[in-house]
Amino acid sequence: MRTLKRLLAAALVTTAIAPATMLGTALAAKTSLIMGMVLEPPHLDPTAGAPAAIDEVVYANVFEGLTRIGSKGEVMPGLAASWDISEDGKTYTFNLRQGVSYHDGSAFDAEDVKFSLDRARAEGSTNAQKALFAGIESVTAKDANTVVVQLKSPAGNFLFNMGWGDAVIVAPETAEGNKANPVGTGPFKFGSWVKGSAVNLVKNDAYWGTPVALEKATFRFISDPAAALSAMLAGDVDAFANFPAPETIPQLQADPRFKVVIGSTEGETILSTNNTKPPFNDVRVRRAIAHAIDRQAIIDGAMFGLGTPIGTHFAPHHPAYVDLVNQYPMDLEGAKKLLAEAGYPEGFKATLKLPPPSYARRGGEIVASQLRKIGIDLEIIPVEWGVWVPEVFKAKDYDLTIVSHTEPMDIGIYARGEYYFNYSSDAFKDTIAKLNETTAEADRYKLMAQAQTIITGDAVNGFMFQLAKAGVWNAKVNGLWENSPVQANDLTGVSWSD
Amino acid sequence: MLLFLVRKTLWAAATLAVASVLVFAALEIVPGDPAQVMLGINATDEAVSALRQDLGLNKPVLERYFSWVLGMLQGDFGKSYTYSVPVNELVADRVTISLPLALLSLFISTAIAIPVGLYAAARRGSLADTGIMALSQIGIAIPNFWFALLLVYFLAIWLQLVPAGGFPGWEAGFLIALKSLLLPAVSLALPQAAILSRVTRSALLETLGEDYIRTARAKGLSRRATIWKHALRNAMIPVLTILGLQFAYLLAGTIIIENVFYLPGLGRLVFQAISLRDLIVVESVVMMLVATIIVINLMVDLAYLWVDPRLRHRQS
Repeated sequence: MRTLKRLLAAALVTTAIAPATMLGTALAAKTSLIMGMVLEPPHLDPTAGAPAAIDEVVYANVFEGLTRIGSKGEVMPGLAASWDISEDGKTYTFNLRQGVSYHDGSAFDAEDVKFSLDRARAEGSTNAQKALFAGIESVTAKDANTVVVQLKSPAGNFLFNMGWGDAVIVAPETAEGNKANPVGTGPFKFGSWVKGSAVNLVKNDAYWGTPVALEKATFRFISDPAAALSAMLAGDVDAFANFPAPETIPQLQADPRFKVVIGSTEGETILSTNNTKPPFNDVRVRRAIAHAIDRQAIIDGAMFGLGTPIGTHFAPHHPAYVDLVNQYPMDLEGAKKLLAEAGYPEGFKATLKLPPPSYARRGGEIVASQLRKIGIDLEIIPVEWGVWVPEVFKAKDYDLTIVSHTEPMDIGIYARGEYYFNYSSDAFKDTIAKLNETTAEADRYKLMAQAQTIITGDAVNGFMFQLAKAGVWNAKVNGLWENSPVQANDLTGVSWSD
Repeated sequence: MLLFLVRKTLWAAATLAVASVLVFAALEIVPGDPAQVMLGINATDEAVSALRQDLGLNKPVLERYFSWVLGMLQGDFGKSYTYSVPVNELVADRVTISLPLALLSLFISTAIAIPVGLYAAARRGSLADTGIMALSQIGIAIPNFWFALLLVYFLAIWLQLVPAGGFPGWEAGFLIALKSLLLPAVSLALPQAAILSRVTRSALLETLGEDYIRTARAKGLSRRATIWKHALRNAMIPVLTILGLQFAYLLAGTIIIENVFYLPGLGRLVFQAISLRDLIVVESVVMMLVATIIVINLMVDLAYLWVDPRLRHRQS
């Protein structure tokens, strides 16, 4: 076999394609990384768009915020070296780092922070997470290195919010051009963007902090799962933070060239339920559904075994997570009894609208077959995101749908009465209000636990599983994140071992 | 001849006008708001409406239609909602891949199909002919993306001779860029070659049965000379028709192959733009493709005139 391979290779090398093959293979000590990504960002300004792909390229690499989120979801100092919080929890004084400059050479100071935060919360702002800034009363640049942020009311998660990609600090001179030519303060500078193909970043030699080991980082966009596998096997790509072909993970695990790391994300994948639409307005019906869902079967069937069962809307890797998976154990007879009590002894018909991701499309078929066992007959309606958002999310015209809620620490959405679940609970709203006013960590965790218990008690949605992150990278690459507490590919600690 | 050209041009203009209305109306009906898609589900209504204002989506439908058409007449195809760069620029980037890829696969498929079709026709019924026809049947039956995956497996993963996909850009060097187009071009070309060789063979066989061929042979011309001088040219009409169709397909219909090799071509641009509701890109690119296909058809019509003098007389 080996001889045949050599012969074939020799034969082909002598053909016209030979001269070019010789070039790419010369290996020096590696200081460049090619990272595969499934989706291409539409532009590169994290303050003007929701797509995760934007943050996955620029967060922590090109742009930095006052705080930043670490690999375990912890809040770390960013452009603010330290901060003081007033007694009443409403005044935050940020002490900024000195000697920081933007990639175009201009200096960073407190006015830039004021500009960035004011721009994000301004009237005509197109920031996709404008709600993060809604609690800000005023931003004042006290002196060049001190910024004072006054909040309308205490917000326990304010420092975490300032670590989002949507809250990065930009310069007034370059803010409008950031979509095509991002100018930040990070350890990498924007190099070039071959639309549809790749974004190149280069090392920022004038970086204020610890310099990065990589000279060059390339994000290459490969949307097809089979192509992603080929690119990995052929060595065209060094790493995939989130590998799109879970069915091929065993093959990659068996290959010593690669390291496969199954981590966790912030994606709670749930069977979202319209809580005001009959028959789902009856908690017995929702509990019956909870009793009929076999989470492991969904994870195995739809996600090739990757994913962690959840019993509530909270990330299992978070210290405040409460394991409520067994609150509604698999119990078809019990489920049928609950349905009968609610007035549906024969079950009923409903629709299940499924957006494009495979967790929804494949998971939805399994959910439908599981619910059929208790007499709930679901009609599956596949929809595009462009339809899902106005129809399901905005107009709330749906019975059931499956979505992964990927925003970090987003249990607060259950307190918004108008949110698409149509869930309203005064006890829950009180808990979240208290949580917002609490800054002490231990107390916050207690309130978070309480919040989780309430929504599980009400069986608001079918809580299914936490989306896994299947990282695959060259075994010689170090420093890539195992989990993704924020949607980012933080390359600041990445290096090659020889 | 002049009349023919004038008539064809008028016809083309009318087609374009109708197409512009259809394309615009179709995308107007498709549900989904570009601003909402860009800002995602957590966006406030205020932010979405601010973005709609920025993108000019709040203007009345007719105003948007006419400003789009007027812009196109002046060569301005609008600005992409998502990328915020002119559509012209986006398309220009993609054409540097799609056009060479289409030409390269057309070249490969013609270079294989015409000689093979000729050979099979000239030796009709022989073992070689049967073999070629069986192979071409397989060529048509095999989906090109599957064939592409095989090529990737052998040449890129096993032998590591060519990259598994991607396009480094022409600035990386002519040979390097060409090399990355080689596998996709071959995977596109082979099924096309299979069809083309069958068409060539049957067209030639049909011509070989004509009276004038018998006459040519009767006056003592060799078999080979008859085929080259009399039969081939007359057999070219159906071949040209197929070539025209294939070129149009290769330019715009290669989305699956572009996905397999993650090439940023025109097909993927349109596909992406549809899912992101970047309507202006979809509309403008579709119009450009309609125009291109009209031009290709016109060229095919002209080529008919060139190979068949009888048509020339009929036209004038």
